[in-house]
Amino acid sequence: MRSTAMPGGRAASAPLLGHEMEPTLFEMSVPGRSAYQLRTTGVPERSLEELVPALHLGDVDIAIAEVSERDLVGHFTRLSHRQFSVDLGAYPLGSCTMKYNPKFCDAVAADIGLNGVHPATPEALCQGWLELLVTLEQKLCAITGMSAATLQPAAGAAGELTGLLLMRAFHEANGDARRRVIIPDSAHGTNPASVTLGGYEVTTIKSNDRGLVDLDELKAALGPDVAGIMLTNPNTVGLFEEQITEIAAAVHDVGGLLYYDGANLNAILGVVRPGDMGFDIVHMNLHKTFATPHGGGGPGAGPVAVSARLAQFLPGPMAARRDDGGFEWRTPERSIGRVHGWHGNAMVLARALAYIEVHGGDGLTRVAERAVLNANWLRERLRATLPAAYDRVCMHECVLSATQLKAKFAVRGLDIAKALLEEGFHSPTVYFPLIVDEALMFEPTETESLQTLEALAQAIERIAARAASDPDSLKRAPQSTPVSRVDEARAARQLIATEDAAHRSLD
Amino acid sequence: MLGFLGLDSLSHLFDHIPQAVRLAQGLDLAPGMSEPDVAEVFEGFTKANRGQSSLMTCFAGAGAYDHEVPAVVKMLGSRSEFVTAYTPYQPEVAQGVLQALFEYQTLVSRLSGLEIANASLYDGATALVEALNMASGANGRSKMLISAGVHPHWREVVRTFARGTGHEIVEVALRDGITDWSSVDASGASAIVAAYPNYLGIIEDMSLAKKLAVSNDALFILGADPIAAGLLKTAGAWGADVFVGEGQPFGTALSFGGPYLGLFACTADQVRRLPGRIVGETVDSNNRRSFVTTLRAREQDIRREKATSNVCTNQTLMAVTAAIQLGWLGTKGLREVALRCAQGTRYLFDELGDVDGVSPLSNEPFFREFAFRTNRPATQVLERMANDAVLGGVSVSQLTGGSDVSVPDGIDNVILVSVTERRARAQIDNYVDVLRKAVR
Repeated sequence: MRSTAMPGGRAASAPLLGHEMEPTLFEMSVPGRSAYQLRTTGVPERSLEELVPALHLGDVDIAIAEVSERDLVGHFTRLSHRQFSVDLGAYPLGSCTMKYNPKFCDAVAADIGLNGVHPATPEALCQGWLELLVTLEQKLCAITGMSAATLQPAAGAAGELTGLLLMRAFHEANGDARRRVIIPDSAHGTNPASVTLGGYEVTTIKSNDRGLVDLDELKAALGPDVAGIMLTNPNTVGLFEEQITEIAAAVHDVGGLLYYDGANLNAILGVVRPGDMGFDIVHMNLHKTFATPHGGGGPGAGPVAVSARLAQFLPGPMAARRDDGGFEWRTPERSIGRVHGWHGNAMVLARALAYIEVHGGDGLTRVAERAVLNANWLRERLRATLPAAYDRVCMHECVLSATQLKAKFAVRGLDIAKALLEEGFHSPTVYFPLIVDEALMFEPTETESLQTLEALAQAIERIAARAASDPDSLKRAPQSTPVSRVDEARAARQLIATEDAAHRSLD
Repeated sequence: MLGFLGLDSLSHLFDHIPQAVRLAQGLDLAPGMSEPDVAEVFEGFTKANRGQSSLMTCFAGAGAYDHEVPAVVKMLGSRSEFVTAYTPYQPEVAQGVLQALFEYQTLVSRLSGLEIANASLYDGATALVEALNMASGANGRSKMLISAGVHPHWREVVRTFARGTGHEIVEVALRDGITDWSSVDASGASAIVAAYPNYLGIIEDMSLAKKLAVSNDALFILGADPIAAGLLKTAGAWGADVFVGEGQPFGTALSFGGPYLGLFACTADQVRRLPGRIVGETVDSNNRRSFVTTLRAREQDIRREKATSNVCTNQTLMAVTAAIQLGWLGTKGLREVALRCAQGTRYLFDELGDVDGVSPLSNEPFFREFAFRTNRPATQVLERMANDAVLGGVSVSQLTGGSDVSVPDGIDNVILVSVTERRARAQIDNYVDVLRKAVR
């Protein structure tokens, strides 16, 4: 199926102006210049000596930068022009779910009635926030098939560690000291890192040749010292763990718990729920599944939902509905304690609720269906150019492999990813998951059109043709971007992490 | 598209999922609503938030402050190129975020007086957890001495995560608002943790904590208010090895507690144990200055179970916003904001001297907030003040969740009050009148 319409998601026309470097804020500084204005207070002034004992006074003012508002605006606007974003074009970065973020959700959250509320406001004065949090918790539980959820964790990894501490609290309450957590070799790196911080040891199990958990391997690893297993389903190669009920039974048989890494929850919305698959603990990445913007690397939000038997351990306080219809904070009986300084990334939570309300149960199901359709279309469309690592129906993302191009033309996955930038698309995720050689993981998401997917496929075909005709040009790619390939080794060898470490020359 | 895949129904894409676990009826959620209809639902929420800053004058602090955020910062910080980007994995098309983070790291390094800063953590509380992990990684010990002057929520978060790391958390009581370091045995400590100012607003002499750290060969971790750096000594000037802080005062609205910004800086010798991302300067293949995330081998996606931290997503947008806000303030502006906080807070403190039924918790020097006792429970006083449209502060026992070694007695009657540069004299005078009425 081909389309003649032009793609809406290709950014090759974007004027990423110029190839000169942008000065740093500090390089633009001119002594005496300033942008700030503060209100007139009329507060009687006291001398500094009266206010602060000399022991505490700093020796010199902290040098920030001295710039005018006009220069400040010019600087950060130019920096923004040196940045790819979802709003600019398609961002098929696998595992990261870079779907379009509806503007409406940002707008409702930006209301001063939400963002102008202090987190320690007495509960009678923030009933709206408490109701919002209770509503979101209920909806997340309905979506995942769980019975209660904490909204505190600030990101997916924070959710993982919270979930592991819940696992630990559950076993300890049963007088059951357990030692190990099982993780498939395809897992995200955050999983093993979180396990260590949760005080457990990692047991890694190998995936089978279909890219899935090897049930025999799992059974061999199970024992009475296993606290649980962490699974992503669909897993990181975009495939559904078809033996999930057998996996769940095997883990539960030894008294272990099942942890669901919700990084890929967007693939199964309205189709199947983690709770129905036998999972006990589920974290969600609201910035992926529910489209809250990722902010260049955060903020996210990583709520954790649990089955009834774990609810008493959740972090507190949690917003709850009183019998009289009002709302209050409540701390679960055997709470593990707070995992965030306040109530979590509240503004992200508000955006996610707006997204869920706009879509509803029917809309969320369509989100999953279309995400899976798009990924399968792209996998099939690129069959001849970049074959899939596992040749069958995938879920919301497809892991393709550049091994053929590498063998024939010595062109690597990374080169293809960089060349794609020249074509006006963001790169896919490269070299992950680790179990696939020369992996290129594409997640088109449901928000890209057929025309955009076709344009993406044609761009990849052009790159493959270049691999045959002019492979060196791919190794030099990208050239049309604000900077060309950066010297990562030099950055690590000779760390310059601040302006002050750079020792700029003053010529 | 289905035809291209040789399928006649979308449902066939899910045929490989076992029927036994499939949702037969779809999700138990109401159908989708139009945007205007959802906006109405949200209007219900906003109207029920009677304590919002547009309806009440905010004197609440306790780690979340009502500072000026000008239009230019709001507009630049909400540019969609920053808002809708992902983690800068492809540096050639992420120079905007990377350079802004480099500038942010420079600013955090200067504010902390320490050489190395990372590209942000979730918030101040979780930044402290990471600092403790850095300390135990550095010296292999697990006993953490934490002043009760550290924010009660931060201390609770530390205790939560200690369930996994096995750290022994020893809280050091305050006496008249000052940490009584002599009351505990510091031998074998991995880290000495203090707050500057402490959560009751008091600025303690940090040389005592530093001495204790040196004599026990422990790391000195200082949780400091970054606004205070406009006037007060930096963490580095006090000899801290690690600085953590809450960066919300730099351009982020009160936001009901999040997303905020975890500030983290340390001495250069700890850089291999740094949690989270760090941006470094380098050159591209055409020898142009470029920026890239670096020292990646510490991070979870490469080192997995041996990583220094599990942090992946951080708070980049808040960090970029902080850089913009600090650019707006500049050298003079930061000092001016700090000075005005101190002026306003002192003015209120002095005026409260005339109010019957109210007395200061301590007479130690403070910076931008202080605590006072009233003749009634704090929650009741704050409720009465709210009826006069004043958010009068924070009940300390609400923060601590009951009795606490920071305020050994009468904690239920203690209110913590903060004055920022946004509070005018007339508002402070009104506060005094409203409080006088509330304690009558």
